[in-house]
Amino acid sequence: MEEVRLLKGNEAIALAAIRCGADGYFGYPITPQSEIMETLMAEKPWETTGMVCLQAESEVASIYMVFGGAACGKRVMTSSSSPGVSLMQEGISFLSGADLPALIVNVQRGGPGLGTIQPSQSDYFQATKGGGHGDYHLIVLAPYSVQEMADFVDLAFTLAFRYRMPAMILSDGMIGQMMEKVVLPPFKPRATDQEIEQSCPWALRGKAHSRGQRIASSLELDPAIMEKQNVERQERYALVQEREVRCEEYCCEDAEYLFVAFGSCARLCQKSVELLRAEGIKAGLLRPITLWPFPSRILERYASQVRRMLCVELNSGQMIEDVRLAVNGRVPVVHYGRMGGVVPTPEEIVEELKKSL
Amino acid sequence: MKEELIIAGFGGQGVLSMGKMLAYSALMDGKEVTWMPAYGPEQRGGTANVTVIVSEDRISSPVLNYYDTAIILNQQSLEKFEPLIKPGGTLIYDPNGITHAPKRTDITIYAIEAMKAATETENIKSFNMIVLGGYLKVKPIVKVESVLKALRKTLPERHQDLIPVNEAGLRKGMEIIRKA
Repeated sequence: MEEVRLLKGNEAIALAAIRCGADGYFGYPITPQSEIMETLMAEKPWETTGMVCLQAESEVASIYMVFGGAACGKRVMTSSSSPGVSLMQEGISFLSGADLPALIVNVQRGGPGLGTIQPSQSDYFQATKGGGHGDYHLIVLAPYSVQEMADFVDLAFTLAFRYRMPAMILSDGMIGQMMEKVVLPPFKPRATDQEIEQSCPWALRGKAHSRGQRIASSLELDPAIMEKQNVERQERYALVQEREVRCEEYCCEDAEYLFVAFGSCARLCQKSVELLRAEGIKAGLLRPITLWPFPSRILERYASQVRRMLCVELNSGQMIEDVRLAVNGRVPVVHYGRMGGVVPTPEEIVEELKKSL
Repeated sequence: MKEELIIAGFGGQGVLSMGKMLAYSALMDGKEVTWMPAYGPEQRGGTANVTVIVSEDRISSPVLNYYDTAIILNQQSLEKFEPLIKPGGTLIYDPNGITHAPKRTDITIYAIEAMKAATETENIKSFNMIVLGGYLKVKPIVKVESVLKALRKTLPERHQDLIPVNEAGLRKGMEIIRKA
């Protein structure tokens, strides 16, 4: 049954994971996302759905526990914040190389290094361009509300399994810590062994005499075979780019000035659009929901409509590179960002846009 | 209807839980809500604040520059947030510990001696409920019944016996708030 709750973004992720039939969570605490594991431990899903929840000894251990579960065709996940996600990069690369589906949640905080515990979006490059070594991508979803924190858990798992690749929910301390009204989805049972065998013909389930061996590995010493695997992976990525782009267009139809912002910044920019519209300035907001695949074609359409695009990010200018590539010089694209955990107010964003009028 | 509110004071005064109770009550009245805490080290013994927005419509930014109402429970917060109240807005403060009273003339200012009232009762922890009661007296954005319902739903079983104390706090706050 659906349920209306008042929840923090982090709590919503945990409850949505239990409800969407997740098989396992492995993590290590770090602010500002520790409520994810805290909520799971308080809910004790191992007594109800059978979902396993474990505090590992480190982020490195967590991601390889995820690797183990994923190799068996299980819906498994981990969560961390920026420094912890950096530690996981090797494992994420291995998951990608072994073509395994998994969910990684990054509730970002300011960096680099240990940085701060306040919100940031400075892991955009890491999330969308691979992050670890090798030619790979993650499907990256950027929630901008507590509702989307809940909704994207099942979506991320579904996409990860459909394309056999890890997916990431890229959130930040603001969406993780704030509370909003959430409609939690109805409970969905965990997949049975039979269902996994049917839907994941690659899953390691113990070898039956009737079939050949299955191996989950990212290692292949024959470059010809390795290249073939890479080509096949890139073909899958092309499919993802064609089919799975998601974005929201807010007040864009007649917009002369377009904000491009994701996650928490998109919430701020919505207010900035309201403030500007009240003054008669036609502003709109394009919000990428998938950061990879990036909504390049949709952005391109606005290149001939708007006078200027303003990328608002909690970083020094990362997504702006993808926006500029999408519009290819046909419209001026400028950046406004705050760093180190500082969140601008909607009024400051309005002032920034007015500078470029 | 839209109310953009900041509650600010010391960590430990119940600032965050007061905001949570208000947000929860508004949710039960069918409204949209956001509750955005200033989280982090500043909460530990320092100042704590939370922005609560209650609206009939979808809420855009949970972070604000200006507020319809500020509930202020210490001097540092008064200095920080008094200038950020919208003209015509409302300031509610507890004079306990306030050395420099608010000065603005373009807003309505209320004082509530909540700390004094709380120390006179059997449970000093009802302090934040007294403040919330005072707020709801001047800004009845949710029904008192909804707050009581929220308390019943959110308090763990072992603390359900505290509901009468909290209700008494709410009523007390409604009684003692006065224009400054």
